[in-house]
Amino acid sequence: MSTIPLDYETLRILWWALLGILLIGFAVMGGRDLGVGTLLPFVAKTDEERRVLINLVGPTWEGNQVWLILGGGAIFAAWPQLYAVSFSGFYIAMIAILLALIIRPVGFKFRGKVSDPRWRATWDAALFIGGFLPSLIFGVAVGNVFLGAPFQLDVTQRVTYTGNFFGLLTPFALLSGLVSLTMIVTQGATVIAGRTDGEIAERAREYGRWSALATIVLFVLGGVLALYVLEGYRLVGPPMTIAPSNPLGKEVVREVGAWGGNYGAMPWTMALPILAVFGSLVAWWALGARARLVALLGSSLAIFGIIATAGLSLFPFLLPSSIDPQSSLTVWDASSSQLTLFVMLCAAIVFLPIILIYTSWVFRVMRGPVTTASLNKNPNAY
Amino acid sequence: MVDPIVVDLSRIQFAATAMYHFLFVPLTLGLSFVMAIMESVYVMTGRVVWRKATLFWGVLFGINFAMGVATGVVMEFQFGMNWSYYSHYVGDVFGAPLAMEGLMAFFLEATLVGLFFFGWDRLKPVAHLAVTWLVALGANFSALWILIANGWMQNPVGAAFNPDTMRMEVTDFMAVLFNPVAQAKFVHTVSAGYVCGAVFVLAVSAMFLLSGKHQELAKRSIVVAASFGLASALSVVVLGDESGYVATEHQKMKIAAMEAMYHTEPAPAALTLFAIPGSDGRPAFEVQFPWVLGLITTRSLDRDLPGITELTERAALRVVNGVEAYKALNALQANRNDGAARDTFNAAKADLGYALLLKKYRPDVENATGEEIAKAALDTVPDVWPLFWSFRIMVGAGFFFIAFFALWFWKASTHRIEKPRWLLWVAVAALPLPWIAIEAGWFIAEYGRQPWVVEGVLPTFYAASGLNFWDLVISLSFFMLLYTALLIVMVWLMVRTIKHGPSDKLNFDQSVEPVETATIAPAK
Repeated sequence: MSTIPLDYETLRILWWALLGILLIGFAVMGGRDLGVGTLLPFVAKTDEERRVLINLVGPTWEGNQVWLILGGGAIFAAWPQLYAVSFSGFYIAMIAILLALIIRPVGFKFRGKVSDPRWRATWDAALFIGGFLPSLIFGVAVGNVFLGAPFQLDVTQRVTYTGNFFGLLTPFALLSGLVSLTMIVTQGATVIAGRTDGEIAERAREYGRWSALATIVLFVLGGVLALYVLEGYRLVGPPMTIAPSNPLGKEVVREVGAWGGNYGAMPWTMALPILAVFGSLVAWWALGARARLVALLGSSLAIFGIIATAGLSLFPFLLPSSIDPQSSLTVWDASSSQLTLFVMLCAAIVFLPIILIYTSWVFRVMRGPVTTASLNKNPNAY
Repeated sequence: MVDPIVVDLSRIQFAATAMYHFLFVPLTLGLSFVMAIMESVYVMTGRVVWRKATLFWGVLFGINFAMGVATGVVMEFQFGMNWSYYSHYVGDVFGAPLAMEGLMAFFLEATLVGLFFFGWDRLKPVAHLAVTWLVALGANFSALWILIANGWMQNPVGAAFNPDTMRMEVTDFMAVLFNPVAQAKFVHTVSAGYVCGAVFVLAVSAMFLLSGKHQELAKRSIVVAASFGLASALSVVVLGDESGYVATEHQKMKIAAMEAMYHTEPAPAALTLFAIPGSDGRPAFEVQFPWVLGLITTRSLDRDLPGITELTERAALRVVNGVEAYKALNALQANRNDGAARDTFNAAKADLGYALLLKKYRPDVENATGEEIAKAALDTVPDVWPLFWSFRIMVGAGFFFIAFFALWFWKASTHRIEKPRWLLWVAVAALPLPWIAIEAGWFIAEYGRQPWVVEGVLPTFYAASGLNFWDLVISLSFFMLLYTALLIVMVWLMVRTIKHGPSDKLNFDQSVEPVETATIAPAK
């Protein structure tokens, strides 16, 4: 083990950051498509308009979704106990997300194959649910991480989960869900406004401006609740940052204000929530001023700020336990082994830049006007 | 312990969703290469019929690919959802190839597949060809990483149990990567996918010829399918994954069960062509083919293949040794610094999984009786007859494909594709065969591994999530209803696309005329 050139603590922090990057990557890239899907019935009224929206994201949505697939794989590889506890604990919520992830690909592919209006309306609904549901549920899940989940680990590290689906739908969790939904709707709106003209672009701007403002209000409200109302979680004593991954050897207390601890210790990190608000304001302003690229950048910045704020508030917790705080999963005790973290880090350092290169190339090739003529000519157009 | 009914439902759900997923994967693997070959010919010769063919098969590929993506996400999430103790216990090893699959393979495939469909009029022919090849390569790399993960479940090399974290951890990544079982499975599985794609193209082309439509495209497609199919059919049998079956104890058990071979056969073992089970479940009557089994499994004439009875006796010894490891692990949990216990544990830890088999009979494994140990050893024998017959279906199909493609290759080389007509009907009738063979193959691999989820390391019943009965009822009925509905729609769409035939809208050369600008304008 001494041959691994990075120490366990550094590796754990890097993998925590990398998980954040993957989740932000999904929210920024996949958020484009989820947002457009959510806005589909509201922004596009006719079949022609809907085809325009669907083909706007059609060529790139599949690659964007891999940020989520990779995020799931990375949680499994780097934080196996987090993967085990959250995926089994939030079982019915996961089924709802899977419903969305199953009907979305076929919605894109099947919709355009038949021109019957009922057929198209069915897949329009699939694309809407496929966008709306995950946008909401991912936020609800993050809200529940702040609240803690009702699980317990025994000495064999087997998890017992005592909650149910409806237990996830508390007011704070629903508020988090709305933050996630509005930030993704804003992202989708900036994508539509960025590459279309005419009525659909107008409608998208309207929805985007409202959702950007809603994002700010809901995010600030959530922050106030998390800091001054919720009982947060705090590690007692110095963290065992290089110990083998076993959550059962620590002490955790619950207290109001614990979720603000990191900001008190490192005041410069206040830049993250400020960035979230600032980005949303930029998106709001740029959508009105028709500064298309600025709007997209502002919205993406807001997403970065919001997710980074959530991650840093929770640090070092990954998933606290509300019924047995000692079982809580943290960055220091729920990771893979040092060797696995190191090897996978090397793989990520090699492949993430390559992914960014070919993804940018694809976006560059697909830039520019999509016309109804080209849609009608291509049998693969959606 | 997890309720046995929940374990059974979780197993049914995983098996069903995996088998559905694998209806689409082999066609993706095979068609992507067929398309890449056809487009290469187009780029080299400039003959438009090849592009037309690439586009036509591409439409069918796209419909199938969407289903593959839809059912694939479910697979990745289900380990955590339904097999949470598995995820904790082996995530350090098993999660890595899954993450690599996303990082190295699926990202490439999914990002470029959009360009394959939408890039025809935006890329130069050579650039588009490169995209098509990269999509095919991405799909195959995907299969590689998934089979490295699955191969590890069959032959868990390069990892050891860590008593401090109560899980398996990687000790040697190269061993996991170059696991001989994984390599054999990879070649076997992707070759089976190529056969599937080739049979699909041949069967659909035969339908065209029978109805007298699209003859030019159909004949060219048959030439590609016959040659690609012949090479793949040979590879799938010659490089069958039975070569990996001698690697471990339980892989030997799988062979013995597949062959209904209760006693060790002196080398070289005979291959049983068929058998009739007697009243005790053992073969009462067998027709055997000398030497063949020994040759395909051990690649030698002088190595024995152990029978079920002998393997069960060996398993009993490992259960006894495993109990020693389990006792030492308990002592270590009471006192992490107990050096003697750590030494005992390290000496016996390879058999810890065998002790966990006893969890089915009592929670306090250390007090297991001799009778319970004998029962646990018997549990290591998978159900013989389902495996026996599945294996024969798969192998029978495999040899049929060699003959089938050899015949079509000869017909294509001698320009006798259209006659006689009854052979075209045979090609159409062969359409379901690759899927039957492939599902049978996965059934052998996974059902044959029982009672283990990770061979010798973790019993299946011990790996499940502690969900409740109704969670499983909801999710299982949800998946089955949704998948079946989507499958029906997909088959209907494919039939419709095939009936419609290659589109005439595909001529991009005419796209130079000014196109009417519609609702989308470029970003400023």
